[in-house]
Parts: sequence; structure tokens; C-alpha cells
Amino acid sequence: MAMFAALLELADDHLILGHRISEWCGHAPMLEEDLALPNMGLDVIGTARTLYAHAAEIESKGRSEDDLAFLRVERDYRNLLLVERPNGDFAATMLRQLYFSAFMEPFWNAALASPDVLIRGVAGKASKEMAYHVRHAGEWVIRLGDGTDESTARMQGAVAELHRFTGEMFLQSDAAAACGVLPDRAAMRDDWDRTIGMIFAEALLEVPDVAFPQTGGRQGVHGECLGHLLAEMQYLQRAYPGAEW
Amino acid sequence: MVGPSDQARAWAVAAAVPDPEVPCVTVADLGILRAVSLAGDVAVATVTPTYSGCPATLAIEMGIMAALRDAGFEARIDRVLSPPWTTEWITAEGREKLRAYGIAPPVGAVGKRALFADVAVECPRCGSGATQKISEFGSTACKAQYRCTACAEPFDYFKCI
Repeated sequence: MAMFAALLELADDHLILGHRISEWCGHAPMLEEDLALPNMGLDVIGTARTLYAHAAEIESKGRSEDDLAFLRVERDYRNLLLVERPNGDFAATMLRQLYFSAFMEPFWNAALASPDVLIRGVAGKASKEMAYHVRHAGEWVIRLGDGTDESTARMQGAVAELHRFTGEMFLQSDAAAACGVLPDRAAMRDDWDRTIGMIFAEALLEVPDVAFPQTGGRQGVHGECLGHLLAEMQYLQRAYPGAEW
Repeated sequence: MVGPSDQARAWAVAAAVPDPEVPCVTVADLGILRAVSLAGDVAVATVTPTYSGCPATLAIEMGIMAALRDAGFEARIDRVLSPPWTTEWITAEGREKLRAYGIAPPVGAVGKRALFADVAVECPRCGSGATQKISEFGSTACKAQYRCTACAEPFDYFKCI
């Protein structure tokens, strides 16, 4: 079912990124960022919840939002490889956030014209939240990229590690193309290139050429890191099936 | 019998529910409560959440349900995402209540700001415009942190979205 599969891809992107961001809680380099990161995580997890609930309703097999989020195996997750990448240092986390939000902001803006009322509703909120994330993450990429020798080296290292995972964001899966309610991902390219180009120029960073973009998340072929993430994220539901609060 | 006065009463009951995280303002002051209508004996409260992940959403809905039930209504919540909530829906009275509580109300129009550009926020305690942003994110999803350089007090700013 194309609609169910397409919603799941989008929901998985947001849940897995939200979980990754939540890992920073209590570990951020300063108090303000310790508040900022969970706040950003909440935004994307909130988006994921609405998408999972919508997907569960469309599937109508009695699975709940929680079942979809917590009770699938690794190969059934369809998230982008970018969002599952380990947090690394603060520079890498901020760069990953910039890459993702600079894509999702124009994506949700385009989704405001979706024929699906729920997608339009999610888009109305998420487009504003993503603009906020682009600002916050973009400012950090500039501060660190054009900062001290140490911060510059860290940010350059993050670009070298993560840029190869960005190409996957622009690929439209068969399900997303067939569902008829989501924007064409390839159409976000110009916007994304412009945002990243502008921020990298200020940050004195170079946009690298990627000869071999890393893909596979949409087919369920993930890095080893996703299994470790799921082990922690699913622990409670596996140990105490049906737990609620 | 359900009459027009019940409709007004149901609105008044739901509208008086305080926000769980910012209890100085009600759900009506914030513009979260969009409408209360009566469908037979059931009061249907239409609610629009502030942020996608706002953890108060469920508490707000439970608070409204409880208030309506205490007033003798059967109650149901209709969560509506479109049009999306904006700080422009906070009433003038709500803005004054926020300021009196020590939270600077949102300033300016909703829109994109340039990187590193900040809006001028007035200190809710001393009224000075000499304030600095500490962080874009604060104690709840809807707030940022500022400090006043005139009276040296830190304060929350209800950010504009």
C-alpha cells in the first residue's frame, strides 16, 4: 500500500532523528544547548507521532502508533541513513540537523498544497519548526566552521563524514511517488543547495564532491548503528509489552 | 434540554482552563481553544496544538475534558492541525497576562529572520529595551531565554511562530 509505505518512510526519518537528538539530553556542551537539543527532538518526534497515527489508521490492521514506532525489526525501518548516523561530536550533530532541516523546510512548504488534509496540517507546523532548526543549526555551523582551529577541524571532519549521506534525501521511492500526497523530493535540490551554499560560504567550509552517495535506508538496508539505536529505543516496549503512561 | 445558554456556558467553562506550563494564561488567551460546540448532549472542544511535539498538548486536552465534565457536559476533543497555530492568536489580554507573569510576549510579525538577526524584546520586569538573547530555546517549546542588561534579570520570551 503506497500511502502507508510513504508515510512510514517519513515518520521513520523523524523518529530516528528525534531519538538521536534525545541522546544528547544531559550531555550537551552547555546548558542552553541541553535545552535546545531536546526541544528540537520533541519537534521531530511530534511530527513522527502524527504521521505514524495517520499510517496506522490507513493500514487499519489494528496496529497503533506505538506498535509502528517500537515493534518493528531493523530491516522494516525505512529511514534515511543520514538520520541514524551516530551523534559524533556537537559539530557533527549540528551539521546533520542543518542537512536535514534545510531539506525538510522546503519539503513541508511544498506539502502545504498536498491533497491530504493531515499532511497539510503537519506541514503547516513543521515548515515553521524546520525554519527555526535551520537557523539554530546554521548559526552553529558558521560559528564552529569559522571558529578556532579546533572547531574548524571538527566541522570539516563532520562534513567529510556526513555529506555522502545527503544524496539519499533527494531520491523519491516508488511508494512516495505513487501515493500522490507528498512533494517530489528531487525538486528540493535547488533550495537545499542554496541554503547549504550560503551557510558554508559564511562558515568557510567547502561543499565536497561526493562520488558515491550512500543509500539503502529506504530499502531497509541500514548501518550497524541503527540496530544499537533500536535496542535502546525499543527496550521498554520489548521488556514490558503494551506499557503506557 | 440543551439551549443556546448551554453553548455559552460550555465555552466559558473550557475557556477558563489554564495552560499547564504557563498557568497565568488560559487556553482561550493562547488561542489554543478554537471553538466549543454542542452536538446533542456532547460538548465538542476544538483544540489546535502549539508545537508538533508540545508535551502539554495531552494535559491541555485532559484539562478541558475534566472541566467540561465537572460542569455536567459529556465532552469530546477535536484536535485540528489546520490552520496551524500561530502566536498571532494570543489575545491582547493574554499578552498582558504573560508580561505581568514575567514572560515577554511575542514581538513582531511571523516571518523568516536572517541568521544571527534578533528582534528587540522588552524586559517584562523593568520595561527596558536593553536585552540580550541567551538561547533560542527555553524551558518549554514555545519560549526562548533572554536577559535584561538594565535590571540584570533573566526572563523567558514567548517566541514568535
